Amino acid sequence: MSERLVEVEVLRYNPETDSEPHFQRYSVSCEEEWVVLDALNHVKETIDPTLSYRWSCHMAVCGSCGMMINGEPKLACKAFLRNYEGVIRVEPLAHFPIERDLVTVIDDFVSKLARVKPYLIPKEDKPLSAGEYRQTPAQLKKYKQYTLCINCMLCYSACPEYGLIPKYIGPAALSLAHRYNADSRDGGREERAQEVAATEGVWDCSFVGACSEVCPEHVDPASAIQQEKIANMVDWYKEHLMPGGAK
Amino acid sequence: MAKSNKPLVWGPFAAGGTITAFVTPVLIVLTLLAALGYVPEMLGYENLRGVLAHWFAKLSVSVIIFLSLWSVAHRLRITCYDLGVRADALVAAALYLAAVLGSVAAVVYLARI
Repeated sequence: MSERLVEVEVLRYNPETDSEPHFQRYSVSCEEEWVVLDALNHVKETIDPTLSYRWSCHMAVCGSCGMMINGEPKLACKAFLRNYEGVIRVEPLAHFPIERDLVTVIDDFVSKLARVKPYLIPKEDKPLSAGEYRQTPAQLKKYKQYTLCINCMLCYSACPEYGLIPKYIGPAALSLAHRYNADSRDGGREERAQEVAATEGVWDCSFVGACSEVCPEHVDPASAIQQEKIANMVDWYKEHLMPGGAK
Repeated sequence: MAKSNKPLVWGPFAAGGTITAFVTPVLIVLTLLAALGYVPEMLGYENLRGVLAHWFAKLSVSVIIFLSLWSVAHRLRITCYDLGVRADALVAAALYLAAVLGSVAAVVYLARI
């Protein structure tokens, strides 16, 4: 295994002592197969134990270690050091307030996620004795990719609309709403429409598509949002143009 | 939260975007062919004028022109917002009005054929 010296420039901010964030540079002797998260762990263990950042699984499943790496939202556990040249700049996820160093305040996302009701609201309640809610492979395929979201919030950092309009519900929450709307067992679309069909819902999206480009799980939130736009447009025309306004 | 009325303007935008995605490349190819001196007889002036004399052709062309112009207007509106022009109501009114005026002009011209 070959070792090489990598310069990592990390944004530091301690709200108790710092008036504003600043960069701190560390030299890390790293292995060929290391990712940015390994470098941060090495810094924390051997150079500077005060460095704060979130991580858990180290295998792109937990969605905790999202950060800006050379200006791009990435999972630190999926960003191989060998793919970068020169000084690697590591910053907290864009568009979120900084809590400390690379740790961001994610309350806004969490509350938006809860608002779209990302859980199954069964069409019909049936007793346990009536058996399972059955689904064909084709019905499963309609929403399966949207179940893969790990709530890492890279899409919120990439989305220029979320940066411009903080009220915008945003890619991950909307694509999770779509995940349940597209589920044949679900009957909660009208309830979710209170958020999804609002201006701050799908209509603030201008289809830049950056969310889908940065998504580490290939969820493609942009496609979910466009499908929701079409469905909500059809609803709107039905409600406003059809006699009696089919609701 | 209240449901948005944006679908009213988004519907024709999406339809126009879909139509122009198909129609524009065809127009580019035909224009290039004409520029190179190759005009198939079927697409000659007299022939096309004859086609447009039919009411259904007039209606189709009017719809295509309206949806295309509306699509451009809506896209420009959003681009303006993204570029930092925040007078959205004014921008929207001006652009949509331009799209409608362009469509009316096309309808008037077609009606004369």
